[in-house]
Amino acid sequence: MKIEITDAVWLDDRLRYTLAELADLSGLAESDVAQLVDYGAFVIDERAGMDVSFCGASVDLARVAGRLRRDFDLDAGGLALMLSLLQRIRELEAQLRAVHARVLPTLPL
Amino acid sequence: MQLAGKMKYKDYYQILGVDRNAGADEIKKAYRKLAHKFHPDISKEKNAKEKFQEVGAAYETLKNTEKRAAYDQLGSGHQAGQDFEPPPGWASQFVHHGGSGQSGFDNIDLSDLFASLSGGGRRGGMGGGKFPIPGQDFEVAAQITLEQAACGTELDINLSVPEYDGSGLPRRVPRVFKARISKGASEGQRLRLAGKGGKGLNGGRDGDLWLTISIAPHALFRADGHDLYVDLPLAPWEAVLGTTVEVPTLNGAVRLKIPAGSTAGQKMRLAGRGLPKPHDGQGNLYAVIQISVPTVPTDRERELLGQLAAESKFDPRRHFNREKSVA
Repeated sequence: MKIEITDAVWLDDRLRYTLAELADLSGLAESDVAQLVDYGAFVIDERAGMDVSFCGASVDLARVAGRLRRDFDLDAGGLALMLSLLQRIRELEAQLRAVHARVLPTLPL
Repeated sequence: MQLAGKMKYKDYYQILGVDRNAGADEIKKAYRKLAHKFHPDISKEKNAKEKFQEVGAAYETLKNTEKRAAYDQLGSGHQAGQDFEPPPGWASQFVHHGGSGQSGFDNIDLSDLFASLSGGGRRGGMGGGKFPIPGQDFEVAAQITLEQAACGTELDINLSVPEYDGSGLPRRVPRVFKARISKGASEGQRLRLAGKGGKGLNGGRDGDLWLTISIAPHALFRADGHDLYVDLPLAPWEAVLGTTVEVPTLNGAVRLKIPAGSTAGQKMRLAGRGLPKPHDGQGNLYAVIQISVPTVPTDRERELLGQLAAESKFDPRRHFNREKSVA
């Protein structure tokens, strides 16, 4: 069987995506993305001299939004609320991981 | 068209927990309930992703009148997971194919087959309309070791991807990728392998492969982003008097000077000894001091500790008395 070798692209703050790319990668309509920006669910990268663009981390969030929209038929308002709650959960999970790393003794493997 | 061969039966009504005569509203309600329970973006249930895929495939078929009719004509006498063959003429009625391949239904997943039916007729790739259809995206969770995160690695990824054969049927084919992950991955890192998902149809773009990285637990180190933590046990006398100890790092042990009077829980930072960051910089390693005591002291240790207890004026609980006097 043929094995394809490929480089993985990091979704981080060094990459930027246009609104159209974000829509394409997430399955959302461009108008949906624009509405979610209005609701504050996505933050536009406002570095000087650039067109409207989004950082790589927004792609992950947009893909979640695309799935939730498709699977739950949510409108933009509901979607924005759900995304903000999911973001909050992710932040809390990250804080929990940080606390575990700092204070919990290593478990024997 | 006569297509022979067997595929595995999936009982979509059973998956949604509804009767075969259930109405559209009942089906939607059952789907919503299960979607809330198993949606992989919000669920913490075990195997949520797999369960949601089943639920989603069942709903996609049963919510559509024509797909549901096609599904119902497969018959109701099959058990879930059982090999079965669609009744004669079923394919001619529901699967419009213009190709010449006659390889039957072997290796065809029922969900792929119904996803490929457009519902209002036939999907473009099966000889119907020719509108572009993007390939399927795949989400894969990959666990790597801390050492792999630190040095970069190559991951072998095995996928079973639906691709359309000469008959226009979505047949599962194995695909193997070796994904190069450069150094600096951390827990939850997302990566994209563009165009490595399912094949697009009629000019639609190929799907992507999306990786989510998790870091396997390590015997010594705990990771928080690119910072690492390691427990550093000290004997009581080492903590009191100070010492120099060897501390393990990902790149070998280093010597660390412990100041006199160190206490449990204090963290000592070893700058730049954590995980490398993806593009530049390096996290830190924190040695977390723990005080360990000999649980079975020798007679001599007991004697010396007894002497210390008799001589020392140290009161580790003096703040208790202060609180008492305030109260």
